[in-house]
Amino acid sequence: MSDAAIPKQRGAAAVLAYPTAVLAVFLLLPFGTMVAMSFYRRIPDGTFEAAFIFDNYVNLLRPFFVGNAAHSLAVAGTVAVVCVLLAFPFTYLLTRMRRRGQIVWLVFLLGILALSEVFIGFSWSVLLSRTAGVSNVPFWLGLLEKPVSLSPSGLAMMLGLCYLAFPYTVLVLFPSLSRLDPSLPEAARTMGSSPLGAFFRVIVPVSRPAILAALIMVFVFTLGAFVIPQVLGKPQHWTLAVHITDAALNRANVPAAAAMSMALLAASLALVALTAWIGQRKAGGKAGGKAGR
Amino acid sequence: MSGRIARLLFLGMIAVTLALPLFVISGVSVNEKRRLLFPPQGFSLKWYGDLFTSESWLGAVFNSLSIAVLAALLACSIALPIAYALWRYGLFYARALYAMGIAPFILPPVITALGFLVFWTTAGFYGQFWAVVVSHGIFLVTLPLISISLGFESIDREHLDAAQTLGADEATLFRTVTLPMVVPYLVSGYAFAFVLSLNEYIIAYMVAGFTVETLPIKVFNALRYGYTPVMASVAVVFICVTLFVFGLVGRYGDLPRLLGAWSPKD
Repeated sequence: MSDAAIPKQRGAAAVLAYPTAVLAVFLLLPFGTMVAMSFYRRIPDGTFEAAFIFDNYVNLLRPFFVGNAAHSLAVAGTVAVVCVLLAFPFTYLLTRMRRRGQIVWLVFLLGILALSEVFIGFSWSVLLSRTAGVSNVPFWLGLLEKPVSLSPSGLAMMLGLCYLAFPYTVLVLFPSLSRLDPSLPEAARTMGSSPLGAFFRVIVPVSRPAILAALIMVFVFTLGAFVIPQVLGKPQHWTLAVHITDAALNRANVPAAAAMSMALLAASLALVALTAWIGQRKAGGKAGGKAGR
Repeated sequence: MSGRIARLLFLGMIAVTLALPLFVISGVSVNEKRRLLFPPQGFSLKWYGDLFTSESWLGAVFNSLSIAVLAALLACSIALPIAYALWRYGLFYARALYAMGIAPFILPPVITALGFLVFWTTAGFYGQFWAVVVSHGIFLVTLPLISISLGFESIDREHLDAAQTLGADEATLFRTVTLPMVVPYLVSGYAFAFVLSLNEYIIAYMVAGFTVETLPIKVFNALRYGYTPVMASVAVVFICVTLFVFGLVGRYGDLPRLLGAWSPKD
């Protein structure tokens, strides 16, 4: 760290020149262009001209956008709560499994997480359809007069989004739960607590920062869902991500899309920063702790 | 005892729910007629044949594979020097680049997608094959960045001291000691980026959705005009490829550690 400061700097500069150039041109420049365009003036024929106006941001205050944003936030919030409620006990059990079992589960979860939203949306629309769907089960049992189609609907969209976000939630919770001191539940057991009691009175309270961080991360993740609201939901269920692409591609209003995107970016960045802060506070007590991912 | 049963029931319920759509989609992909019925009527693999013989599907297969191969390569080439500089020199600047590489992946991807759309349109490369490759490469830097960084952290500093005592300079040290030790993590990072590029939809759609058709884009477009079993067979092939690649990582790599658990030796 100290003796060879000059060669160290030179070496680092040589190593970092290429990634700096690539990221500056292909990451910072696109973001910069988008920021600039959010101030451009739209021309009704579908193009735009360079300007510095705040109209696109003022338009975000219209009831149409505010309603959409509130709907998206409510959807993402519900999905985050449902996923964390299910994923927290699941991940705890996962980290207590033998290594082999853990790896099989992790491969399965990663497989679903990596699977394109297109295929997940398509699979669920088949699963909820009339001809191949789950409603055939009560039909065979005689509980239903004829099979029904359950998609598209708000419920179908919520199911699809929870399915999409569940593996992500597990992987966000996995690091902190697998690093949990195994002597904690043991100690609780020795003191006379039942396994369930130990889970609720020891594991959940010590994991409070991890749970909060997972809620936020899953919330941001769900805000990005794009295909499922279109395939499993009706237009009134569409989320912000869908409206942004709709504005950019179908309504040819790139400045409006850019402004919406900036609003989404600001909200997401604030939430991610909050997560990092929670992680830092948690790591503060332990030596060698790292802030999140 | 009842706790054990409840535990198994809970895990079983999650496993079944996660597998159900994949199971149904595999079922409908072998229907004999051009309909999506479950349970399937008859048994036929001709829809899988269509995927690899019909010209329009084959084009999408080729696009998806070549974009994924090249984009993952680009992602690794950016991630390796950043992870190396961060580990070797621990500079604040390297940390900033690291954060920059992670950011697009954590934020809703539609933001990055729109950024690329306006960038490539302004630069005049909208709709080009290379624009998709570069966009995917940048978007997916996160995965090799995380895995390669873990690889560097796992290196025992004593090996480096030994090599330096024996007179190895910086470049020799990297080539003969450091790099061979991070190669498994580099391969995992490449595999992750490859699979995610194959499955990525929104960025590819915004950058070249109407000219360079990848498999997810083709399936999504086809959803509007009615379902065919070919789409189900594409989904099944993707599920198999994805599980196979992650299975390899799980078999030969340290998956729990890659995903953030302490390895037993820590």
